[in-house]
Order: sequence, then C-alpha cells, then structure tokens
Amino acid sequence: MGAVMGTFSSLQTKQRRPSKDIAWWYYQYQRDKIEDELEMTMVCHRPEGLEQLEAQTNFTKRELQVLYRGFKNECPSGVVNEETFKQIYAQFFPHGDASTYAHYLFNAFDTTQTGSVKFEDFVTALSILLRGTVHEKLRWTFNLYDINKDGYINKEEMMDIVKAIYDMMGKYTYPVLKEDTPRQHVDVFFQKMDKNKDGIVTLDEFLESCQEDDNIMRSLQLFQNVI
Amino acid sequence: MAAGVATWLPFARAAAVGWLPLAQQPLPPAPGVKASRGDEVLVVNVSGRRFETWKNTLDRYPDTLLGSSEKEFFYDADSGEYFFDRDPDMFRHVLNFYRTGRLHCPRQECIQAFDEELAFYGLVPELVGDCCLEEYRDRKKENAERLAEDEEAEQTGDGPALPVGSTLRQRLWRAFENPHTSTAALVFYYVTGFFIAVSVIANVVETIPCRGSARRPSREQPCGDRFPMAFFCMDTACVLIFTGEYLLRLFAAPSRCRFLRSVMSLIDVVAILPYYIGLLVPKNEDVSGAFVTLRVFRVFRIFKFSRHSQGLRILGYTLKSCASELGFLLFSLTMAIIIFATVMFYAEKGTSKTNFTSIPAAFWYTIVTMTTLGYGDMVPSTIAGKIFGSICSLSGVLVIALPVPVIVSNFSRIYHQNQRADKRRAQQKVRLARIRLAKSGTTNAFLQYKQNGGLEDSGSGEEQALCVRNRSAFEQQHHHLLHCLEKTTCHEFTDELTFSEALGAVSLGGRTSRSTSVSSQPVGPGSLLSSCCPRRAKRRAIRLANSTASVSRGSMQELDTLAGLQRSPAPQSRSSLNAKPHDSLDLNCDSRDFVAAIISIPTPPANSPDESQPSSPGGGGGGRASSTLRNSSLGTPCLLPETVKISSL
Repeated sequence: MGAVMGTFSSLQTKQRRPSKDIAWWYYQYQRDKIEDELEMTMVCHRPEGLEQLEAQTNFTKRELQVLYRGFKNECPSGVVNEETFKQIYAQFFPHGDASTYAHYLFNAFDTTQTGSVKFEDFVTALSILLRGTVHEKLRWTFNLYDINKDGYINKEEMMDIVKAIYDMMGKYTYPVLKEDTPRQHVDVFFQKMDKNKDGIVTLDEFLESCQEDDNIMRSLQLFQNVI
Repeated sequence: MAAGVATWLPFARAAAVGWLPLAQQPLPPAPGVKASRGDEVLVVNVSGRRFETWKNTLDRYPDTLLGSSEKEFFYDADSGEYFFDRDPDMFRHVLNFYRTGRLHCPRQECIQAFDEELAFYGLVPELVGDCCLEEYRDRKKENAERLAEDEEAEQTGDGPALPVGSTLRQRLWRAFENPHTSTAALVFYYVTGFFIAVSVIANVVETIPCRGSARRPSREQPCGDRFPMAFFCMDTACVLIFTGEYLLRLFAAPSRCRFLRSVMSLIDVVAILPYYIGLLVPKNEDVSGAFVTLRVFRVFRIFKFSRHSQGLRILGYTLKSCASELGFLLFSLTMAIIIFATVMFYAEKGTSKTNFTSIPAAFWYTIVTMTTLGYGDMVPSTIAGKIFGSICSLSGVLVIALPVPVIVSNFSRIYHQNQRADKRRAQQKVRLARIRLAKSGTTNAFLQYKQNGGLEDSGSGEEQALCVRNRSAFEQQHHHLLHCLEKTTCHEFTDELTFSEALGAVSLGGRTSRSTSVSSQPVGPGSLLSSCCPRRAKRRAIRLANSTASVSRGSMQELDTLAGLQRSPAPQSRSSLNAKPHDSLDLNCDSRDFVAAIISIPTPPANSPDESQPSSPGGGGGGRASSTLRNSSLGTPCLLPETVKISSL
C-alpha cells in the first residue's frame, strides 16, 4: 500500500517486554501519547499509483486525474471523514437534513470501517456505482441498506434508511409529509422484495426482485456518464 | 454554492443509486452531458504576467467575468491567451479565490483599488473570506468616513438640503435639532442658552445676602428678598422663553408622544412648572413652605444645558450604563455602614454624653469615617470604639476604592464593547444573510426551475430548451438529483408559502369533506397521502380521490377561477399546463398500476354536472373546497386521459 504515515510507521511495532513492571507501563503510556500526538499532526495519505487505480477501477487515467484533483483540493490531507461527508451532502440538499443518510453512505463507502474514506475507497465505490455491472450496483445498494452488515436487511434497517431519505426532503414538501409515510413506503418495499415473507430480505431475494422490476433496471442505467 | 461542491457532484449522483430500489416511480433521465473537452489549461495574461490555470477552476464561479463567457471578449486569438490590462498583483488574489474559494484582502494595497478590481472581475465584496473580512470592512469604513469628512469640509456649511416641500413643522424640528443649519436656529440656540445661564445665576444670586435696604439698613437680607420685583421679572422672562421653546418643540416634534416621554422634555417641564404652580398657589402661610420647596426644582434648569453640551449627554449615558456597578457599590457600602454603625453604637453605648445615641445616629459617623472625610462632630471615646473606628476607616478606603476602578474600567470596556458589538452584529447579519442567500439560492433555483416547467420529461423541445439554456451543467445535474429524490419519495419540494397554504387548506378541507362528501368513506388522517405510491389496495384510491391535496395546492385564488366558469372538456397538453401562470404542478406518476393523478390545475371536467355550479361564490372556501372535492372524486378518471392510466378500481 502506498500509505505513508511519516514516522508513524516506525512506531507501529510495539515490542513487548516479558516482565510488565511499572516502568514498562509508563514507557508504553508515554509512547502512546507521542503516537497520538503524531497521529493528530501527521494524518496524510497518498494513494496508490495511477496505473494501479486504473487497473482496479473502470475509470480512465484522465478521469482519475480529474477526480483526484478535485478530491485533493477539497481534502488536502487525503482522507475524508464523516463530518466532511455530512457537510458535503448538506450542501447538495439544503432543504432538509441530510446527515443521517450521509452517515449510512459513509459507512457504505468506508469498506474497511476505519472511520475515514481514502481516495481509493472513494474511487472504488464510484467505479462500482457508475461503471459497474447491474449485479455489482445492486450488491452495493444492498450493502448500503444493510446497516449492521450482517447480510440481511430487516424492517428496522429499512425503516432507518427510508426515514433518512425522507429527512432529506425537509419540511416544505408537497404533499405534506405525514408521520407514517416512511413506514408505508417500507411496507411497500418489503412486500415487493421479501419473497418468502420471513421478514428479512437476503441478498438473493433483493437481486431477484430488483431484476424483475423494469423501473429499477432502467434507472440503474441513468447515472452512467457522470464524470 | 461553494465551488468545491462541484467536485463532489459525481459522488452525490452516484450515491443516488442507493435510492433506486426504493423509488416507486421511474427516475427522470439524466441531463444530456455534452462531450466535455477534457480539462485544458488556460493562459491568462494580466499586463504581461502570465497566469495559467485549469479551465475547470475558472468554471467554478460561472457568474463572474472569468467564469462566464464574458472572458471571450478578452481572448486574443493570435497568442491564444486571455489578455487583461489590469493590475497583476491584484489579479493574484482574484485567481486564488477561484482556486481556494476564499477571497483574501491584500494588506498593503489600497482598499479602493481592491474594490475596483473586484468590481471589474465580477466578484461581490461579500465574498471576502472570514479571515480578512473584519479588516476589509474596517478599512473600508475608515475610508468612507474620511471621504465623507472631506466632502463635508468642502461644502461651506450648507448642511443637507431640505426636501422642497417640507412643512413649517419639519423645518422647525430640523432647526431645533441641528442649530447649525440656519442662522435663526443658531440665534435661538444661543438665546436659550443665555437665558438658561441667566436663570441659573439668578437662582444662585437670589440667596446671597445683600446689604440691608434703606428701610432696614442693619438687617441683612438675601438679594431675592431685597429686590423681589427684579428677580421676579427676570424669572418671568426666563420662564416665558422656556415655555415658548417647549411649546414650539412640542409643535414641531414628529412624534409627540415620544417627545413627551423623552428625558429632555421632562426636564423642561420640571424647570418651568414650579413657576406656574407658584403663580397659581395663593400666597398664604400654609403652603408657602411647600412653595419654597418647589423653588428647588428650578435648579433643574441647569440640566437643560445638556442639549447644548455633548459632554453632559455622554456622562448621563455613562451613569446609566454603569448602573449595576454603582448599585453594587451602594449595596456594599450600605452593608458596611450598617455593620460598623452597629458595632460603634454598642461600643460607645456605655459612655455618658455620647453622640452615638442610636444606630442611625452612628450611620453618620460611619459614612464620614469610611469616606475619609472625618468631620470630627462625632468621635468615639472608648478604647473599643477607637479600635473599631480605625478598622472602619481602613475598610472604608478599601470598600470605596475597589469598585471605582471597576466602574471606570467598566465604562471603558462598555464603550469599546459597544463599538465592537455593533461591528460584529453587522458582520453577523451579513454572514447569516450570505448563508441564507446561498441556501435559498439553491432552493429557489430548483423551485424556479420547476415552475418554469423544466421538469418535463417529454415536453416540447423548444420549451425545454428555453428553460435549460440558462443553467450551467452543474446546476442541471444538481436539479436532476433533486428531481430524483422527489420521485423516490413521491413528495415534492415546495417553498414555505405554499407549504403553509397547503397546511391551512388541509385542515380546512378535511373538515368539510367529512361533513359534505357523500360518496366516499370517511376521511381518515391518512387520506392526504399522495397518490403515486400505488401498491395499496383500492381503498387508497378512494381516499386519494377525497384528498384535499389537490385543493390545497391550488391556493384560494385558483378556487376562485374554478368557480362558475365553463371549461372545455378537452384536456390540455402537459406542457401548456405547466406553462400556466399559476403556481401549479402536475405530480404525474406514470407507473404501471397507477391509480389517479393529483390534479391541482383548475381544469375541471365539464361532465360532472355538479361542478359547474359550485356552492355559491359567497359560500366561502369551505364550500368551494367541497365542490372541488366531489369534482376530484368523480372527475379524476376523466381528467387528462392520455396521461393517466387507471388500474382496476
């Protein structure tokens, strides 16, 4: 990995002494403190090479260049954290509150669950969403809906997602948003998706149901040429 | 919208994939993306210094010179660069704005020159970043003030010109408020000042003992008693002048109530009232004591000087603003006085012929001691008394000395704080306004776009081109994104006004529909759902038909047009519907098992006979609402047949 963390990496390996006396603990504590301080000042990440990324994703070199330039401009440190995600989304959807959906989105982007999205994660997800096959896109969407990443979508998770989407609409909508609109939306969704009516939607059920629906298939082609 | 946001647009659009399985209507097609020429480097030549930047960087702010097509006017085809004959040093800041999104203010440049450059490049001064904003504003204000002073000094005491048709009243008021405007006002100003001084001096001199009069040479009298007539005449003259002035001010005041309540007018009244009371009260012995007391109030005439002196006014304001500190001083002093008085009283109690006859009597001693006056009229004689007396005087120094610097520093702090608070308030307002503007800008842009009928999927080509022409590529994509969200949730973005109308009409329509609708089931709270989520059973359809959403969307004026007009049954094409001047939208959800469209446009079907005579025009909104309800319940299947497919109902 092309991750460069400055002198951080040299401190990564902690040597364990056999006897753990007070002095040792104190020494560890000091080193952790130093590490933390270093970490705070030196979070800087450089992505892998252009060729590698081009091989891994479905973007051309020029597209990757444009993407990276924009990314680097906005996040000079090379990573995006959740706060920034939320702010970005809030700017796109100023009407309502986009933070919940941004949170779920962030978790979907952050595949390694590190709490920050690097350029590789960003570009990988974009590649799936914009240039991937239908199967890949649907799988990514399933991953988004599956909040706890257990492989199943249950009603609560769906409810959270739908509620988050409705939150983005804000207060001033036509027709007036009612309290149980999200719930009904979820019921509709589950009726369609849950084939065996067991209350959860598995990946296969999801894929199957989506592929049966022409609307969804058609819409999936919409976002092809975004760059 | 911040320039950097454009970078994230692909991410936001891609993330919209997450909405797809949930969307119950097909999402609109993406706007056609014209083949981008790729990212090219532009050369900008500013007076010989070449700056190179990506084209994308400049495109971030399409409403500036460099971001729009205006820069083509400066394009030099021979050299292939954009040439500007302007200051290259300033241009650096302008270009950095495009790069970073923050406009910084150069410290060493003249602020006027900077402003001119901003104006040339189409940048609004509000774009100056927060880091430099305060300094920018300060310098600008300084500049403006200096220029204003210069201008004023040039004009030879002309003063602001009065509007031509000003009344006598306005001129009079202006003369009173700004004595420098006209000679007469100045004369009046000095005359009143003179008479105030005369009156005060007369009050003072009145009490000086003069040599006795011829009648009683040995007896000394105050001058006031010796020359009663003279003083009375002087007093009368002064009071006449003051009364005249007061009445004139009262007449000229633009707001009489406010004038009556103002401090200055109260002072005026208090100054002249004793004289009149003295005139009215008969000269008998009983009330003469009270009459004499009233004379004390004549001293308030000195406060009339505050109109003439700026310093007095500032002092008054200071005292007012330091009231809490003064109050604290007073309170702590009182506490100390009571404590020490009590102690001294009990210490001196045993002594005979002591001055400390009671605790209140000891108050006087304590005050005199604590303020280090030390008159010596009351002196402790016991040892305990002397000890406590010394403690009292030491603590007096402390108690009094402590709050005074606090008051002084408080005053200076308050003064400076006021200045800074005003500045900050202005900046905060601007900042909030900027944020609100940006926010509402995006909101309004999208709503405006919708109103212009831009959301037509299959609208006629010219109209679409019309709406689309003025939007940048980024805006197109952003609006498409918002449109997708609308379709996913089957709800539309509206603005506050229509939302509150909808709320109002909803509550109104709900009631009437309950009472008047015949053919339908009772309307429940869920009846106001939009129609376009179709998988429910038929019950939904009926509830939908009763929904007053259609009524609510059209405001009351649309109902007016609805009432009593014959309409042609031919449904109009969607594009022309949307082109209606009214704020009406067609939430048409064109999915398979679709039930009915919510039509909010005043095109009622003519085939429902009860519609053409809605309830009497004077029947109010409720009646009309019910008629439209029935209309929609019966008529929806007939409306716009080519756009609505009815499922099995």
